[in-house]
Amino acid sequence: MPTGESVEAVREKAEILDGEGLRRAITRIAHEIVEKNGGAEGLVLAGIRRRGYPLAQRIAAKIREFEGVDVPVGALDITLYRDDLQTIDHQPVVGPTDIPVDIDGKVVVLVDDVLYTGRTVRAALDELIDLGRPRAIRLAVIVDRGHREIPIRADFVGKNVPTSKREVVMVKLEEIDRHDGVSIGEVLT
Amino acid sequence: MTSPLCLRGGRILDPARGIDRAQDLWIDQGKVAGLGEDAPAALRSRKDVQIVDVRGAVVCPGLIDIHVHLREPGQEEKETIETGVRAAVRGGFAAVACMPNTSPPLDDRPRIEYVRRRAAEIGLARVFPIAAVTVGQQGVELVEIEDLVDAGAVAITDDGKPVRNAEIMRRALELTRELGIPVIQHAEDPDLKGTGVMHEGWVSTRIGLKGIPDIAESVIVARDALLAERTGGRVHVAHVSAARSVQIIRQAKARGIRMTGETAPHYLLLTDEAVAGYSPSTKMNPPLRSERDRDALIEAIVDGTLDCLATDHAPHTDIEKDADFDSAPFGIVGLETALGCYLKALVEPGHLSLSDLIERMTVGAYRVLGRPGGTLEAGAEADVTVFDPESRFTVRASEFESKGRNTPFEGWDLPGRVLMTVVGGRIAYQTATSEATLR
Amino acid sequence: MIGGKKDLLGLEDLSAQDITGILDTARTFREVLDRPIPKVPSLRGMTAANLFFEPSTRTRLSFELAEKRLSADTVNFQASGSSVSKGETLRDTARNIEAMGIHLVVVRHQASGAPHYLARHLDAGVINAGDGTHEHPTQGLLDLYTMRDQRGRIAGLKVAIIGDVMHSRVARSNIWGLIKLGAEVTVAGPPTMMPAEVERFGVRVAKSVDEAIEGSDVVNILRIQLERQRGALYPSLREYARVYGVTRERLRRARPDVTVMHPGPMNRGVEIAQDVADGEHSVILQQVTNGVAVRMAVLYLLAGRGESPEAPSETPTVEANKSHDEPTLSPRR
Repeated sequence: MPTGESVEAVREKAEILDGEGLRRAITRIAHEIVEKNGGAEGLVLAGIRRRGYPLAQRIAAKIREFEGVDVPVGALDITLYRDDLQTIDHQPVVGPTDIPVDIDGKVVVLVDDVLYTGRTVRAALDELIDLGRPRAIRLAVIVDRGHREIPIRADFVGKNVPTSKREVVMVKLEEIDRHDGVSIGEVLT
Repeated sequence: MTSPLCLRGGRILDPARGIDRAQDLWIDQGKVAGLGEDAPAALRSRKDVQIVDVRGAVVCPGLIDIHVHLREPGQEEKETIETGVRAAVRGGFAAVACMPNTSPPLDDRPRIEYVRRRAAEIGLARVFPIAAVTVGQQGVELVEIEDLVDAGAVAITDDGKPVRNAEIMRRALELTRELGIPVIQHAEDPDLKGTGVMHEGWVSTRIGLKGIPDIAESVIVARDALLAERTGGRVHVAHVSAARSVQIIRQAKARGIRMTGETAPHYLLLTDEAVAGYSPSTKMNPPLRSERDRDALIEAIVDGTLDCLATDHAPHTDIEKDADFDSAPFGIVGLETALGCYLKALVEPGHLSLSDLIERMTVGAYRVLGRPGGTLEAGAEADVTVFDPESRFTVRASEFESKGRNTPFEGWDLPGRVLMTVVGGRIAYQTATSEATLR
Repeated sequence: MIGGKKDLLGLEDLSAQDITGILDTARTFREVLDRPIPKVPSLRGMTAANLFFEPSTRTRLSFELAEKRLSADTVNFQASGSSVSKGETLRDTARNIEAMGIHLVVVRHQASGAPHYLARHLDAGVINAGDGTHEHPTQGLLDLYTMRDQRGRIAGLKVAIIGDVMHSRVARSNIWGLIKLGAEVTVAGPPTMMPAEVERFGVRVAKSVDEAIEGSDVVNILRIQLERQRGALYPSLREYARVYGVTRERLRRARPDVTVMHPGPMNRGVEIAQDVADGEHSVILQQVTNGVAVRMAVLYLLAGRGESPEAPSETPTVEANKSHDEPTLSPRR
């Protein structure tokens, strides 16, 4: 059954990261976040639904492993902040946004799987700002595939992957897709 | 003087005389001259006869609709006598009886004479005016009945509203008893109707429109049956819509009470379910009722409880009808779809023979008015309708001659295309195809 | 779109899945209402017109608030009983709306079916905010939302609806929604206020209020407006309160944790006793808050041109890097 997201026929072309590679990327991002923040204090991870949320949970688990600190993890559903309600074919399913802690004065790290045009991150920034006044907002993504339409840049990147616009980058997670990995595919028409 | 007319080779249906056979119909001097060999030989040998080949078509006495609202005088934006009779002959009706709820109502001699004069000037269908029962249709003071009958009124009614006062109804029945005309009752108890706009039942409950219960009609029918019995006058119940009313009329007839009834095509083809989309073209009074009522009406037509078939042709302007259901006026047009509707409702499913249908649209209706007519007997007025029961057409309100476009049958496929309507020996209407067959 | 249509005219037209979809969406908006900034930009650039041909303060405020919290622009039209014939007004209104480029129309009208007329004549999405004695779908939805919130489910709930069912659009929308979602509905009220063949909705008709309330999970009390009937349908408010008023005493027959609802405005001491209205079972104020969330959900869903949402699924699918990331322009704006 399709979700609200548009679903297209895609042919998988190549695997960029296998499960192990993906897990290493997550570990590295976790380290970089703590390093840049000078510790885990005052951090909040906000995963963008759907795949950003389990990624944020994994990053938090890593931080707990090597810092012994529980970093709060929230989920952000940016559907209500999208700018294309009237043009998309399928009504998006509106999921709940759930940030368990007050984000005022915190360093919020937005987590998503792929950074592409930047519009999703723009929507997430708008939503975060409506939810409170963080001290800083950072962005962590597994893959940056280029083609930005908005001046947005990630602070933590698992892998930079040059792509064409006809291609798609698929981040698969055990929590959702039953296995880990990142691959590149081509949209079939 | 128009030349003699011969309708050649059609299926002659004259229910009054039980005739159903292929024959020529000869017409001369505005009268029926005879069928086939029975027509005078001198006429048949004349050279100036206009001969129309109508083989394959039905040739029957001119249809009459005894319940039509021509709206003139006073509401010419809805209809005029001229557009009304154009619609009539296009629908196969050689005659109509028009209702007095004009503005002002037909309650005095000059207005009755005006309608007759206008109809004569136009010279298409015959128009029999029906006078009001009470002055201004106010339900208080009786009109000068005998003067109006003398002027040409063929019945009296306050149609549009009921004769509510039982005392007035009683006196009207007593005063018409010896005149041979019926008092036509728009049977409706105004209190039971209240502000209702559709049949009271499951559909009104579902869509939240105020209902008009069937008993709003039936209590008046019952009351009038008693009044007719007591006075010996004759009541004709207009636009019967409810099973309970049918039952009362049937019982009244069985008891020898002089009571007749008519219904209209929409009550046979539609039920209150048709109102569910809130289209004002399904709003009329009485309202479209339940399946059970519809079945009872069909049964009553078949067994003769209902004597004739009318239309309650009630044109309104598009602007009036283009509104929410509550605000729109009651009434739909019917003249240009009635024959097809009746064929579809009664003959196609096998409830009624074609001959019996014609009976109820011709001689049966004249009988209700207490007038001669509705037959092709030699010497009768040469009113003739020619139609092809096999030929179908699609209802397009935009093609109507009537000013009213308010029909619930838009887009319907109906049988029985009217080919020609002859009134008093003159061709008042013919389709392009039948014209081509003229010699 | 809701149920494949651009309009919300009544719950009769919706499937159980459509209704559940709206209620689920409303839950998200209920959460938005608790945020420090209870506003989202979803309908930015869109205009909603609130056309109230019949006076209503609560419903209009609720819709207006819902529209503003979705960042839509709003215009209000409040018609008084002017001399213009109602039909003409509706025609002209439709033309004006068309000319003003309005995206969503919320309409309250005294004539049943008036929103259907506008829906037929307009490209804009039309939301029925109460038409005559037909339906009041957003009230029905907020009642369903509140019941689900309070009782955790709708299916199998025993719901009593008490009062003037005949003239109540709230009753009709409640009944359709409840029946579609599998509740057991019992109605009670004066026989003169029970519409013809009411049992064909699939409800049970109780002979008395006591019988209707017996063992119920929810009691939904309808507003009585005797002044409209001019005494013809029921003798007096005093008599009504005596025979059909929901009192603490009568409520004892319900389940101990019964939920008491009323669409408002209440006639305290008539259809609902003072201590019931303000009692521990009453969720009447929650209904008001939930109303904003439900209306946001309806506005949001109708503003989107896509099909209504389907139940979220855990089946793996390719999400083409969030279709949202495709460059977009909105030609309708």
